Amino acid sequence: MLELDGVGFHYPRADWVFRNVSLEVPPGCVTAVMGPNGRGKSTLLRCAAGLLSPQEGTVRVHGPVGFVPQAHGTAFAYRAIDMVVMGRVRQIGWFSTPGSDDWVAAHDAMERIGIAHLRDRRFPQLSGGEQQLVLVARALASESAVLLLDEPTTGLDLHNQVRILSLLRKLAADGLALLVSTHHPDHALYLATSVVLLDGSGTAVSGPANRLLDDRTLSDLYGIDVAAVTYPDGNTMRRAIVTRYE
Amino acid sequence: MGRYGVPPGHVVDILIGRLLPGHHVADQTQQNVVLLVRLPRVLLAILVGGGLAITGAALQATFRNPLVSPEIIGVSSGASFGGALALLLGLGWAALVTGAFLFGLGALCILFLLTLGRGGAPMLMVVLGGVVTGSFFSALVALVTYLADPYTTLPAIVFWLLGSLSAASYTQVLVAVGPIMAGAVVLVLLRWRVNVLSLGDDDAKALGVHPARLRWAVLVASALVVAGAVAVSGVVTWVGLVIPHLARMWVGPDHRTLLPVSFLLGGAYVVLIDTLARSMTASEIPLGVLTAMIGAPVFFALLRRNRDRIWDGA
Repeated sequence: MLELDGVGFHYPRADWVFRNVSLEVPPGCVTAVMGPNGRGKSTLLRCAAGLLSPQEGTVRVHGPVGFVPQAHGTAFAYRAIDMVVMGRVRQIGWFSTPGSDDWVAAHDAMERIGIAHLRDRRFPQLSGGEQQLVLVARALASESAVLLLDEPTTGLDLHNQVRILSLLRKLAADGLALLVSTHHPDHALYLATSVVLLDGSGTAVSGPANRLLDDRTLSDLYGIDVAAVTYPDGNTMRRAIVTRYE
Repeated sequence: MGRYGVPPGHVVDILIGRLLPGHHVADQTQQNVVLLVRLPRVLLAILVGGGLAITGAALQATFRNPLVSPEIIGVSSGASFGGALALLLGLGWAALVTGAFLFGLGALCILFLLTLGRGGAPMLMVVLGGVVTGSFFSALVALVTYLADPYTTLPAIVFWLLGSLSAASYTQVLVAVGPIMAGAVVLVLLRWRVNVLSLGDDDAKALGVHPARLRWAVLVASALVVAGAVAVSGVVTWVGLVIPHLARMWVGPDHRTLLPVSFLLGGAYVVLIDTLARSMTASEIPLGVLTAMIGAPVFFALLRRNRDRIWDGA
């Protein structure tokens, strides 16, 4: 369970990035964070992860939080399993090294998301999608009930986007609470029960995903002409967001 | 090897003779050379080389930068100044060691003060602080050499700064063993946490590590090692930069093995170089000169061969 209540943040000597963000992510649910570049999506996630301290409001988390940053280079070419086992650092003492149960937990986390075969590969030599999966496994290895994911599908090809999205949906179905930032309204529609929109005006808007992610709100949010179309997917009707080009 | 030849078989005999009472040893002079001159020198070389190498490896991880060497935190400049000042004032050997050690740790305190209150001392502030502290003490060293008597104290200061183990004795080993081993043991104990720290402050913090606290633990341990090493051997360059890279090529980047292996490899390297330094020519070549002259080209050759293997895009 993750709860944000009236959270506001600004960097020193700068305007508020956002104010009055309230949201609640119960176990088994996904909340998506959306908004144009530079309006505080990453900042909000970093506040929720405890990496930044908001100037107002409170962040409440039950248990440890697993933060999945955007995949970035590491200085050293560790093996994938070495990266994942670092998720266990809360369970391991200052002067200690991972024990056999930590390695088992790391391996299980990799197996759970289907990347056990990557365990001995060097992290920098993995593809972007594989790196992202390793970072998700690292967060899972920490036994967090709450996962925060900063644009987990950015920079990935279509296949890997679908792979990550279905994995996240499976993790939510397993009872994890997920807060996910994304640039893709379709991804938010697929994953999330509720969304937070950061438009830079100061006050964030939050609400149910299928109410907020419509053509008018998204056109306002991004300042372009956006259309919502519905299409049949089996027995249900799904909504997709398309843009018009000039 | 060296100015007084002792066959390897006799060296083994002499060492066994010390350990097993009643073992017969023939030559008293050989025994003195081995036990009183060369053994302390080898021990000191292991301590200095191992200490500098493990420190270099830990600091490269802490600052996530392959070009970092123990000099980056300014401690060796501080220690150089302390030692040079003692030589300038003609205070003798004990003051040299004490001065080097105290000013080395003083440099660390200045670094701490420079980065205080900056949101938990981010990595970049520590690097800049180290560069500033180091430059400041380097300027003071330059001032001391300028003020020194060109016929007596200046050569002594310059020779000491070049790095040498020629004055090795058991007293020096005793002086060095405390701080160097204390620092090295702490670094070895922290070896897995250093992996987490090397991911960067954000990742480390998100995983549940307090990066600034862990970094200071590494810095204090490193400062103990560097101050101890400079105090007994002057400034031995390149060991702390090159050896971690060699060790990384050999055993990979995981600091659980990299840190102990760096210590052993650094110790062996300095023993080797010091043996060359004292036996290549009739008079001794300063150790710091040889470690750089041999270290730099070897390092470059190895990097060219292995550049894609260890570092991510570096």
